[in-house]
Amino acid sequence: MAAGSTYTPIATTTLSSDSNTVGFNTISGSYTDLIVVCNIKSASNGMELYMRLNSDTGTNYSRTILTGNGTSASSARNSNSTSMRLAYETTGTDSGNWSTLFIHLMNYSNSTTYKTVLCRAGDAAKELSENVGLWRSTSAITDISISGVNSFNAPYLGTGSTFTLYGITAA
Amino acid sequence: MAPILGIIASSISGSISSNSFESIATVTVGSGGASYAEFTSIPSTYTHLQVRGMLKNSSNDGILMRLNSDTGSNYSAHYLYGNGTSAFGDNSVPTSYFYLASGSTSVQPSAFVMDLLDYANVNKYKTGRILSGTEVNGSGSYVWLFSGNWRNTAAVSTIRIYPNAGTLQQYSHFALYGIKS
Repeated sequence: MAAGSTYTPIATTTLSSDSNTVGFNTISGSYTDLIVVCNIKSASNGMELYMRLNSDTGTNYSRTILTGNGTSASSARNSNSTSMRLAYETTGTDSGNWSTLFIHLMNYSNSTTYKTVLCRAGDAAKELSENVGLWRSTSAITDISISGVNSFNAPYLGTGSTFTLYGITAA
Repeated sequence: MAPILGIIASSISGSISSNSFESIATVTVGSGGASYAEFTSIPSTYTHLQVRGMLKNSSNDGILMRLNSDTGSNYSAHYLYGNGTSAFGDNSVPTSYFYLASGSTSVQPSAFVMDLLDYANVNKYKTGRILSGTEVNGSGSYVWLFSGNWRNTAAVSTIRIYPNAGTLQQYSHFALYGIKS
């Protein structure tokens, strides 16, 4: 069996001001999977987290979510969306409440299948969730954009939020 | 190295040590498909294992896993899942396999990330956790969270992944990683 070290940090962003989006661009295709690790503070009440790939604004995204809120569990679906909905947070601008997300982009650079995304998200003041998302494109993922609002044009991502992109390479 | 108690995270320089997460082996299914994907002769030199998979199969049936070729009823699982409308919790106790993921026959692949903890420890049964999902842009989509147990103290040296029905399709991809402590 071959062996080699991997789980390589590619890029990190820490927001110095409230922002509309965070992006990773010109991502190398030399890894097998990508993982984005996020620690996010809401800058505005009602923040939700969305992701777009390769700047695609078409209705090519969908996701299924499993959620627990401390009282009950539920599931929901978004189909034919213009972005991939990842998580929901509505704890306003309380600086003590941060969301954490681990976003797994599986086999992101293959050009033969649509892209499946797994996401674990949690906000201790609100809920935890598990997501499976789909981007209906066979293109290799080279760009990732994350926003706190579906329009991608309002500064819902709060100052101090961090976003780190890792690459994992299979033997 | 002794742990540093009370360390302030912001004082840590660098990032995750890239030496602690190692690629061990990969299986990619070829044009003819395959009835299973298997990792054999897994070394016991790591603390934990992680298997990451993206797959399609010829049936919508589930994707399963066995350890060390054990076909006995020595596995159990508890799980949560959502189908886009409702959430469910259930168990399979006992059973003869780990459940990994739902299947996908179409261009939309299923995916899973499985952590197998303390896999080489010969003093305890083995526990795994799995996050998986199949998203097809509508009905037939599922997201899963599993906890699995293999009631055996042997070190895990073989992992076989297979569909409950049908075959794994071309481009299905499985990668095994070792995590050191």
